[in-house]
Amino acid sequence: MSEQSKGMQERMERNIWGLLIVLAIVLSIGGLVEIVPLFYLKGTMEHHKVPEIVWNHDAPGKRPIVEVDAEGRQRWNWAAGDGVRPYTALELAGRDIYQREGCYLCHSQMIRPFRDERERYGHYSLASESIYDHPFQWGSKRTGPDLARVGGKYSDQWQRQHLRDPRSLVPESVMPSYPWLDGNDLSGGRIQRHMRGLRSVGVPYHDDDIAVAPELVKGKTELDALVAYLQVLGTMAELDDTEVYRE
Amino acid sequence: MEGGLEQKYDLAVVRWFAVMAVVYLVVGASVGVYIAAQLAWPFLSFDLPYLSFGRLRPLHTNAVIFAFGGSTLMATGFYTVQRTCGVALWSNKLAWFTFWGWNLVIVLAVITFPLGLTQSKEYAELEWPVDILIAVVWLAFTINFIMTIANRKSSHIYVSNWFFLGMMVMITYLHVVNSLAVPVGLFKSYSIFSGVQDAMIQWWWGHNAVGFYLTAGFLGIMYYFVPKQANRPIYSYRLSVLHFWALMFGYVWLGAHHLQYTALPDWTGSLGAAISLAMIIPSWGGAVNGMMTLSGAWDKLRTDYVLRFLIIAIAFYAMSTFEGPVMALKTVNALSHYTDWTIGHVHSGALGWVAGISIGAIYHLMTRLWYTEIYSVRLVNLHFWTATIGAVVYIVAMWVSGIMQGLMWRAYDEYGTLAYTFVESVGAMHPYYVIRTIGGAIFLFGAVVMLYNVAMTVAQSASQGRLQRARNLPATA
Repeated sequence: MSEQSKGMQERMERNIWGLLIVLAIVLSIGGLVEIVPLFYLKGTMEHHKVPEIVWNHDAPGKRPIVEVDAEGRQRWNWAAGDGVRPYTALELAGRDIYQREGCYLCHSQMIRPFRDERERYGHYSLASESIYDHPFQWGSKRTGPDLARVGGKYSDQWQRQHLRDPRSLVPESVMPSYPWLDGNDLSGGRIQRHMRGLRSVGVPYHDDDIAVAPELVKGKTELDALVAYLQVLGTMAELDDTEVYRE
Repeated sequence: MEGGLEQKYDLAVVRWFAVMAVVYLVVGASVGVYIAAQLAWPFLSFDLPYLSFGRLRPLHTNAVIFAFGGSTLMATGFYTVQRTCGVALWSNKLAWFTFWGWNLVIVLAVITFPLGLTQSKEYAELEWPVDILIAVVWLAFTINFIMTIANRKSSHIYVSNWFFLGMMVMITYLHVVNSLAVPVGLFKSYSIFSGVQDAMIQWWWGHNAVGFYLTAGFLGIMYYFVPKQANRPIYSYRLSVLHFWALMFGYVWLGAHHLQYTALPDWTGSLGAAISLAMIIPSWGGAVNGMMTLSGAWDKLRTDYVLRFLIIAIAFYAMSTFEGPVMALKTVNALSHYTDWTIGHVHSGALGWVAGISIGAIYHLMTRLWYTEIYSVRLVNLHFWTATIGAVVYIVAMWVSGIMQGLMWRAYDEYGTLAYTFVESVGAMHPYYVIRTIGGAIFLFGAVVMLYNVAMTVAQSASQGRLQRARNLPATA
């Protein structure tokens, strides 16, 4: 082997193009093996086994996600626990702010299957729960707690106060205050553009989801949006402790 | 003959990249110390959006990786390829395009991050217009490098250049694939991938930004500058061939170990972890090769401060490439993941290895490219000790806080309930965040000393007219 590889090595050291081609091949293998199967192996996504995890947006009477009538009243075609769905216009606006402020740098959204995480944060996270997350927000660091299932844990009022001034509620907190979110209003046109963009990469928004967007964000601030996003996290699918979702 | 260096090679662009690298070292480390201080004393963000941690942290990581690391790689890459191939750059113009383009990327990062314009993928936060600019500039760098090698006068391609090439090809793959996004505004886009696939692609990028940008590229630096500074040949050619190919093939797989116990399928995470373990061997192959180059000349470490930087960097490299595989072990990862231990690990690589080898290489370049002595060798020595002590203080603080965090999160009391609330673990981190800030500040002080020393060396060269004289030499064959 060593004689032959020496010959090969010798040739590559004399030929830049040979070296480049071999490098290009050697460098591509690991990525191809680890990434490509994730797109087609059925076992990657738990909803292939347990379809109820993902909400069927195409079913009759299930669109748009939320309607607004002439008096401005909302009527939801989806309820918490019905399954994973695309974010509403307001939640998506909140998610944009979550990204903008770099929340993912200190908060994970990925609960691991350990006893302590179960008790602290809830059921372990499933791959199917982030199918509409472009990009994923699993995070890599917990300077603050995991947020994968923070939805409903605190009141809207608590969340608003905590975002404005975290240390007024949690003295030991090292989270920055976000007083500027309160003053900024949302733009209906921009959020529609964002929804169309997401639809082009596979998020199943219907035309009426996009049409209703300006109504949903009218008069709302960035703080409202961020709270709406936080409050929906982890509430979409109802997970059963007795079910084995992952092998 | 050193005489015709200025006539034979394109060195001005190398000088500019080298000086900018030092400037960016100070900038990147300053932002780092500032946001480290925010975690110890959160009022320091002054409730301003542009100064909040989440917006400045990408500025810190991008400044040290792409501004400091990139400028160093481009300075040393352009220098090494010319010296080892015996020819000038294929295109001096393209090299200047690379210089101005890369600096434009950095300026755009400094503007866009505080404004909150981000793709929110770690170390790939820059939005799509900047991503396109990065790709263009990177390819300009790569093509110039390859064509210079194609024009070479030497028969063989030197080992440094293999590593640089590996980095260039891999970073092209990673940057292009990981940044694929659909624009929905001038500075807003969404990744075309979602959830688990996006996570795997992100960490394929994330770990290989470390593995190729910050390791392969800097091994290229090691293979040129350590033998040059020590004035001895590389310890083992055979070892360099073996560890080169093992590193090129193996490193690519490691990203999955960032996602163990997550919703990524178990086979992928375990595969990443298994190969991570195996990577100790090629990593240490490189470390041994660099270190043993000094075999028989260890006494030089007593007198040569530049060599000290290079060798301590290799020691840090050996340590963090041992620590990495340990952290990839499932049982260790269950504890270390999400904690400050990861931050400590990254900084033993960044402050110890990457910064150390870069600083050594830049001091080496100062004397060669400005044709004079270093302004103050005593200040180099001061820098050596501040950099080393600062790095160690930082790393140790993060080890302690990381392991403590991990243990507090999983601790149970005698009644079988969780012993600590999350916020108790946050409170317990305070002293370590203070110590970390001090370690970072000590390191930053050394970087400022270096910037002063570099500026004074340039001024000294100018006042002695050394560079001018070198430029006026007649061209020699």
